[in-house]
Amino acid sequence: MDNTVVSTGSEEKTWGGGNKPLKSSYGKMMMWFFIVSDALTFSGFLAAYGFSRFKFIDSWPIADEVFTHIPFVHGNYPMIYVAFMTFILIMSSVTMVLAVDAGHQLKKAKVTWYMFLTIIGGVIFVGSQAWEWGTFIKGDYGAVQTTGGNILQFVNADDGHRIALRDFAVVDEHSERVVHESKKGLWFQSEGALPTYTVEEIIKGMETHDNVVIRTQIINEEGEKTVLSRGASLKLIRDNGKMVVEGANLQVNEYGSPLFADFFFFITGFHGFHVFSGVIINIIIFFNVILGTYERRKNYEMVEKVGLYWHFVDLVWVFVFTFFYLV
Amino acid sequence: MADHAHKLEILRGLIKFKSNTQKIWGVLVLLSIITAVEVVLGIYKPESLLVSVLGMKGLNWIFIILTLVKAYYITWDFMHMRDETKSLRRVVVWTAVFLICYLLFILLQEGGYVFDVYKDGFIKSDF
Repeated sequence: MDNTVVSTGSEEKTWGGGNKPLKSSYGKMMMWFFIVSDALTFSGFLAAYGFSRFKFIDSWPIADEVFTHIPFVHGNYPMIYVAFMTFILIMSSVTMVLAVDAGHQLKKAKVTWYMFLTIIGGVIFVGSQAWEWGTFIKGDYGAVQTTGGNILQFVNADDGHRIALRDFAVVDEHSERVVHESKKGLWFQSEGALPTYTVEEIIKGMETHDNVVIRTQIINEEGEKTVLSRGASLKLIRDNGKMVVEGANLQVNEYGSPLFADFFFFITGFHGFHVFSGVIINIIIFFNVILGTYERRKNYEMVEKVGLYWHFVDLVWVFVFTFFYLV
Repeated sequence: MADHAHKLEILRGLIKFKSNTQKIWGVLVLLSIITAVEVVLGIYKPESLLVSVLGMKGLNWIFIILTLVKAYYITWDFMHMRDETKSLRRVVVWTAVFLICYLLFILLQEGGYVFDVYKDGFIKSDF
């Protein structure tokens, strides 16, 4: 047997274990590989978003007109709040990397402080996202959906500003349409909450207000949504108006294509879930730091590993920010 | 961990920081400037940048390039990719970049095709 197996010293060295060609610990490397796979998941979502957008390239909602709100302030401020959110997340990335740096120097007090700031940043971000979702779901101006599923929005013909349904709808006081619940009528049928207005009330409102015209989803050469003439508006809503839409959910979306809302909920939701779990993991590590677990180990590598995850969440947001809000 | 060495140069040695902490703040400043530029361009949308370049608005190309720059600095300096070995860096970055480019090409190509089918085919959607 000795003759058939040739063993050399170098083989022992290479395959005998204890070799670290990437000069990185097992834990850190696995975190990197997890990040690669997670990055591919997010890319899949964003590429699917791109697919749907290219499919409806001439009628996709314009993000600047969708996300225009700031908490506690009235008015039209596109981008400002989401820029603030981006800044918060980058800032918490900075405090995280400072915590990692303090960990390398084995300074427990500093690590504790920076971890705390990182958690606060994460909580502010998740809170902001919840608010953003709430605003998006609640909606702003309202719209009418046609038989073909297109969204008709309303603008003031005089100044080109959007008009909310509540500002021109003529409410029929004698209308008796109520929500059908399974306990009241057919037990096997029920329906969701009814919109505030019916299509008839909107049509009547358009007839009595001369300045209201319709804006379709189609984007014209100037990159703006097409505004119809008064006559064309009235004809379109009388012929095709089918349903009043207020806000957005997984089925309808007053801002335009329902796919936009679906992807918004799915991608920012998945990212928000990552931030949320990142905050939880950060809290666990934070308490470990306070308890002195890593101090006894003389090694703060755990902070570095959660740091990698936390930066990755920031990295994903940079892309979500670009493809959802900017491009 | 005491011998943990950081590379302290960014922008190909144009800026060299004295300590790792200083580098972190420097990168923050850089990322903030880029984000601010993006937001300002996004709000004002200068007319001159709206011309079509390679099938997309010039402004959108600027956004995408700036995003990639930001991603580079987050990965290289915050995630310490700059300090890892070349092989680890390539395992992570090349794999992801190759697969993502492939995926994007296929899906966007298909999306554009479906758009043409809707537009030129016999499918009616304007009702």
